[in-house]
Amino acid sequence: MDQQPPPFFKRGPAPLALLSFYVALSVALLIVDARLQTLEVLRQGLSMFTHPVQDLAHLPAQLLNNAGSYFASAARLQEESALLQRSRLESAATLQRSQHVEAENERLRKLLGVKEREQVSGQVAQILYSARDPYARRVIVDKGQQDRVIAGQPVIDDLGIVGQVTRVFPFLAEVTLLTDKEQAVPVQVVRTGMRSVVFGLGNGELELRFVPLNADIQSGDLLVTSGLDGIFPPGFPVARVAHIESDTTYTFAQIRCTPVAGVEHFSEVMVLDPRRPVVLPAELADEVAAKDPRASPKSSRAKKKRPKKD
Amino acid sequence: MQTSYSSSRILLPVRPWFIGFSLALALLLNFLPTSVWPGVPDWLALVIVFWSVREPRLVGMGLAFLLGLAMDVADASLLGQHALAYVLAAYGGSALSRRILWFPLGQQALQVFPLLLLVQLVQFVVWAMVGADLPGMAYFLGPFLATFLWPLLTLILLLPQHQPVDRDDNRPL
Repeated sequence: MDQQPPPFFKRGPAPLALLSFYVALSVALLIVDARLQTLEVLRQGLSMFTHPVQDLAHLPAQLLNNAGSYFASAARLQEESALLQRSRLESAATLQRSQHVEAENERLRKLLGVKEREQVSGQVAQILYSARDPYARRVIVDKGQQDRVIAGQPVIDDLGIVGQVTRVFPFLAEVTLLTDKEQAVPVQVVRTGMRSVVFGLGNGELELRFVPLNADIQSGDLLVTSGLDGIFPPGFPVARVAHIESDTTYTFAQIRCTPVAGVEHFSEVMVLDPRRPVVLPAELADEVAAKDPRASPKSSRAKKKRPKKD
Repeated sequence: MQTSYSSSRILLPVRPWFIGFSLALALLLNFLPTSVWPGVPDWLALVIVFWSVREPRLVGMGLAFLLGLAMDVADASLLGQHALAYVLAAYGGSALSRRILWFPLGQQALQVFPLLLLVQLVQFVVWAMVGADLPGMAYFLGPFLATFLWPLLTLILLLPQHQPVDRDDNRPL
């Protein structure tokens, strides 16, 4: 008894069945992406199709930008060039001194037997656009796997740390800004040398957490990267303390900071090369391996740092 | 006496390439840098809802899902966030298709508004589950503007179907 309807009445599966299928698929994707982060390959594959369209969409803005700079008056350009000339001269003295000091520092470090500081280098990238999502504090830059960018590289601008590369596509990379809610940077207070960690708040500000009420910290203190994470190179400005609230009902002081770099501005940034992993002394490496045979290189680096520093 | 609305005008059959073209254009509009401005409507959601109301047999949930994935990748949002929202909107559009087309354009827009709001709400709920801040009321401004654009959009997207097939130079219209 198979009474099939004629083929011209066939409409595929029922709409409700289709709906449940697609909703289940989307929810599965959502959960896998949020919890497991194993969909990067799919994302990269899809970006091969969306990237040309995105390029096309950004063309008009770029053209306008270029046209604007083309018609910029010569007088303004001359003025700008003079200003740059002057600032270069002004900074020349400090630069020469700092080169001298760096060389001296290296010699002294050698004398003391302390490990040399790494040289920092990187590549300049242009911020293309910020993620359209109102929840995400992320920007997309025009350097990707083709330029050997890898996830985790720090990103700076001319004033300080901007963020960190979190996702890499064939031609693009996604940078999570300092102010993103999920971004944390280990820092050091320049004035006192106190170490801590700043967290993004998601509203353009940063927060210094877990600092005791009686800690020596003042409004206006500069925070620089401490380099303890093995990812951010030490000594780059991160934020300035803006507001301290020491309410005795809380265990910790509430410290708000503003980022030093133009974190929320569109400009050019520099993607710093990844730091070389620090080689463990033999006895420590054995210890770590014995404790946790599956320890990732990152966590083993963090474990090893502590006994040496304190 | 039955009133005749502009929506019940007899149209030529739609050309599939035009549907594809309009969806691609909407995707391009969504990728424009202007889309970070507050209140700019989600063009792709609007066009998906339009075609799923007009041509539920041609534009369905499969296409909405794929376009949603493209948006997710381009936006660096969670994979599946836009896809889920667009699939639900496409389903709503095709389910309400017969009903919506019965009304004049202004009232059509009123019935489309909840669908467009649903697109924003679904994304809002997804992010609330992952744990993010409230985006502010400007986030829900987009669907309002899109609702006002519905009559205009209908006019533009149906334009190719208004023309007669056989061109007769001597015909008065």
